[in-house]
Amino acid sequence: MTMQINANRATCIGSGQCVFTDPDAFDQDDDGTVLILRAEPVTNEEITRANQAVHVCPSRSLSLVTEELEYS
Amino acid sequence: MTTTPNLSTRRVDPYNPPAEHARLQEEQPVSQVGWRDDRKIWAVTKHADVRAVLSDARFSSDRSLPGHPTNIGYAPGDKLKQLIEMDPPEHTTARGRVMGEFTVKKVAAMRPWITKIVEEAIDMMLQGPSETDFVVALSLPVPSMVIAELLGVPYDDHDFFQENSAAFVDQHTTPVEKAAAMGRLRSYIADLVNSRIEAPGNDILSRQLSAGADPQDLVGLGFLLLIAGHETTANMISLCVATLLDKPELLQQLRDDPDLMPGAVEELLRYFTIAEIGGLRLATADIEVGGTLIHAGDAVFALSNTANRDPEVFPEPNRIDFTRGARNHVAFGFGPHQCLGQNLARLELEIVLSAVIRRIPALRLAVPFAEIPFKEYGPNYGIYKLPVAW
Repeated sequence: MTMQINANRATCIGSGQCVFTDPDAFDQDDDGTVLILRAEPVTNEEITRANQAVHVCPSRSLSLVTEELEYS
Repeated sequence: MTTTPNLSTRRVDPYNPPAEHARLQEEQPVSQVGWRDDRKIWAVTKHADVRAVLSDARFSSDRSLPGHPTNIGYAPGDKLKQLIEMDPPEHTTARGRVMGEFTVKKVAAMRPWITKIVEEAIDMMLQGPSETDFVVALSLPVPSMVIAELLGVPYDDHDFFQENSAAFVDQHTTPVEKAAAMGRLRSYIADLVNSRIEAPGNDILSRQLSAGADPQDLVGLGFLLLIAGHETTANMISLCVATLLDKPELLQQLRDDPDLMPGAVEELLRYFTIAEIGGLRLATADIEVGGTLIHAGDAVFALSNTANRDPEVFPEPNRIDFTRGARNHVAFGFGPHQCLGQNLARLELEIVLSAVIRRIPALRLAVPFAEIPFKEYGPNYGIYKLPVAW
């Protein structure tokens, strides 16, 4: 299993709360819209911070989804 | 038949939300109560429910809608110019135009010049008599100068800008004087916009114009930034300083460990949650909140101040704890309308409080805490006058 952070850039209001929560995982472009720097949190701390970022996002533009790894 | 009094945001206890709101949170967190005239309103008091209401655009902010609790004589379809009165998708587009001005990086880059404004205001204060009104000396001028700088108000006009913006938040100015001060500022901002059309500078108005903004809308935006960023920040500065002087153990914590400051600012934002009426909405659909069905057409009041004392989210909510990590508070609201200038407000508070603690170690209240005149009737909680000495 792997976790992935998804961002809806169309609804983002540029509050920057994700950047405060984890500047290693999130940034903003010049217009303020969210940029994901690290889409896949791996360590427990990274996953905790990703969850916090999802929680504090005022426009609910972030989600953390779990994906099954496909082995070929 | 007994009648319960209408819901009021009046704060009798300077440190705590109205007792009635706390009771509602404990007993009936989503409850329909009396409001104005014969109108009823849903009081929503739990943190999770307040977040749910404020982040769901079906709870509309469009005050031109009939029945909206903030509708003061608008007709449906009236073109409203302010961000705070729009719903998505119109709001998303309009906010998208300005949100780049307040990114985390851009706000962080404002630190040097905001620090300069604060240091100079403290210089002025220390040059005068060793007893003064902190509101006049620092709380009001600092955020006013910051907004002047952002709007590109020329230095020579700072006094005009500051005097007029102070006039319409002063307790003693009459409504007529207030209206006059607002009119002067509005026409001043209109002139400023016009001058930027001729000669663009390095300021918000110029950047918005070059991005194609309508000059008329820009006057509204400039005025909104002033209204939203001036008195609110001033109130928080005053409340924080009064609290630190009233509770020396908290002040000592910040002296011992200046790194506590960001957490202290966050906690004090949670604790005071000064914007009383930001959570008024109109339900435009039948929506369940916290297990209770709210009907289309109902007025809703998401009470952020009480939500920020929800013990399920903030253990011992009435205790001020700088190490709490209270970032999930809703003092700036939640949802698409969450305060545009929140990161700027945080920075201003951090700079002012740090500078005051460092530079005026002997600062003390010049009146007993109980005699401080608080803005208990809102619409933003704060302090009218804060006599201090050193």
